[in-house]
Amino acid sequence: MATPATPLLKDQLDIVIPTIRNLDFLEMWRTIFQHYHLIIVQDGDPSKTVKVPEGFDYELYNRNDINKILGPKASCISFKDSACRCFGFMVSKKKYIYTIDDDCFVAKDPSGNDINALEQHISNLLTPSTPYFFNTLYDPFRAGADFVRGYPFSLREGVPTAVSHGLWLNIPDYDAPTQLVKPLERNTRYVDAILTIPKGTLFPMCGMNLAFNRDLIGPAMYFGLMGDGQPVGRYDDMWAGWCTKVICDHLGLGVKTGLPYIYHSKASNPFVNLKKEYKGIFWQEEIIPFFQAATLPKGCTTVQQCYIELAKQVKDKLAKVDPYFDKLADAMLMWINAWDELNPSGAAGAAASGTSK
Amino acid sequence: MAEFSVMEGDVDIVIGALQSDLTSFMNEWRPIFSRFHLIITKDPHLKEELKIPEGFNVKIYQKSDMDKVVGSSLTSRLFSGYACRYFGYLISQKKYIISVDDDCMPAKDDKGFLIDVVSQHITNLATPATPLYFNTLYDPFRKGTDFVRGYPFSMRNGVPCALSCGLWLNLADYDAPTQALKAEQRNSQYVDAVLTIPRGVMMPFSGINIGINRELLGPTLFPGLKLAGEGKFRWETVEDIWCGMCAKVVCDHLGYGVKSGLPYVWRNERGDAIASLKKDWEGMKLMEEAVPFFQSLTLSPAAVTAEDCLAEISTLVKEGLGAVNPVFAQAADAMTQWMQLWKKIGCGPSSA
Repeated sequence: MATPATPLLKDQLDIVIPTIRNLDFLEMWRTIFQHYHLIIVQDGDPSKTVKVPEGFDYELYNRNDINKILGPKASCISFKDSACRCFGFMVSKKKYIYTIDDDCFVAKDPSGNDINALEQHISNLLTPSTPYFFNTLYDPFRAGADFVRGYPFSLREGVPTAVSHGLWLNIPDYDAPTQLVKPLERNTRYVDAILTIPKGTLFPMCGMNLAFNRDLIGPAMYFGLMGDGQPVGRYDDMWAGWCTKVICDHLGLGVKTGLPYIYHSKASNPFVNLKKEYKGIFWQEEIIPFFQAATLPKGCTTVQQCYIELAKQVKDKLAKVDPYFDKLADAMLMWINAWDELNPSGAAGAAASGTSK
Repeated sequence: MAEFSVMEGDVDIVIGALQSDLTSFMNEWRPIFSRFHLIITKDPHLKEELKIPEGFNVKIYQKSDMDKVVGSSLTSRLFSGYACRYFGYLISQKKYIISVDDDCMPAKDDKGFLIDVVSQHITNLATPATPLYFNTLYDPFRKGTDFVRGYPFSMRNGVPCALSCGLWLNLADYDAPTQALKAEQRNSQYVDAVLTIPRGVMMPFSGINIGINRELLGPTLFPGLKLAGEGKFRWETVEDIWCGMCAKVVCDHLGYGVKSGLPYVWRNERGDAIASLKKDWEGMKLMEEAVPFFQSLTLSPAAVTAEDCLAEISTLVKEGLGAVNPVFAQAADAMTQWMQLWKKIGCGPSSA
């Protein structure tokens, strides 16, 4: 796929990349990413130098920078975990964010053409979502598709899209037990669809290939307390996804999933993953029903208000599962304070298009 | 997971005949249908004799047969037009029913192979559905895929799948205004996915290409909502949309699943969307009322079978929508009549 003559949203979108190793993968993305500003969040040892390939416009933050900028609030940003990427969301000044892992490459569609993942995410974000009634032909705003017979006309305007969740060919996003049982399984199925995740339905959000409207939902994209000193890992994006979806449902915003695909090249060590995820596998049995039942009061009309209310409910209802959630609830509040300090111009996501249905 | 080998004895293929000459239809489907028992129900208003080629194991039901079973006034009320297929659902004794409209042909998949809709619908129905949490890699029971990270293990057993809703290449199931506006638009997007419609989520259920677990659903698919100007083209009807929303409420309540996606059929050109526009507005206006109604519907814990659920729904429809439009009140009455028929002729109460 040829890159467009004028890259869409060139000055309105930041690409946030967490890394602990190197950024060689950017070479493959050069023609697609080169006109956009990158925010690199360097995890791990801040004394190491992470080389950024020539020709990219970027800002880079290591742990020292995070500590300097946030002071005591830096403790809400994970260390030794890609969850640190959310620091990049916070310091960005742009309307849109695309975040991608450093082991994700350009994939090919069934015709053999390179997939411009960024262009697809932008298209997803700039077209409405349809969370109130399921369209059996998937995204009705795609070229060649439409609403099917029976779809109420009053619902055809849709709602603003806050999140675009992309997928992965090759190494699928499995948990450790599944990886251990199926070490050779590769995702080779290209599903040519984008669809809105219905209101009231939660999903496991993966941060590997994710875009969102920062103005609409940014403060909800906190990736939690993971990594060093924490009892769990590989639940950062999950946590952000649950909070984000509950808030999007409340505020009448949409979440899409499906295209674009990227090519996920590296399978992480399943034994390492199992140790990280272990507690999460038990906890998710409680966490998911918690989020499924979570409701937010009508008075919460901004993302921050919704998020603070959610943090309260996490403290009330999940702390009994493990004291970790008490800490996490505090970290959620710390995150919102830090967000508002660094982004003083106003509350995000003030009710997008009226009350949700 | 391997594709299921379909036991012929478990399947009835029910075709509602809205046109009399089914020769090319049957011949196109021969490679896929010929080993199964077919029930062909003829639209009672169709005067011409049905033309059906040799070589099929088929039972045909015409107006006279329907009259014998249910009486002529009920035949006319319940089984006109597209609804004639429900007579087939009523008298079938099989576990699975596959139904396609008589203007559909087998389609080819993205590799150029003929799509076996029976095999795909049965696979969908015989593998669990996952309505409790969304899997981003779609149906986890399909070969080559699985549940993703973050999917609770307690939900990975899934629930029995009761309904499989297929899709359409070429002429998609649009309403008349959409098709009239986009006269040249044809659906050429082959989406290689099956997914479960999440619990609590409503969808526009198209009857054009479906698979049903009749054992689980019993009378849940029924003829009910008949438009005053209902005609012989799909975009002049909404009976399946209505029926599907009831079915989704029943499935959600009883803990069954509904899948959507593969298989595709190739839907042929028929009718004039602009001519149908005049008739379609009634159906679309009704949807504006019906959809919010079904979205807010909850059934009592006392409803433990499909019959119980339908009985409650028909009462709630009468109370909640009857005053809005007499068509809804008539639909509720039709549901009641249907359930009485089902008790007499169908398999009796379905399993809870």
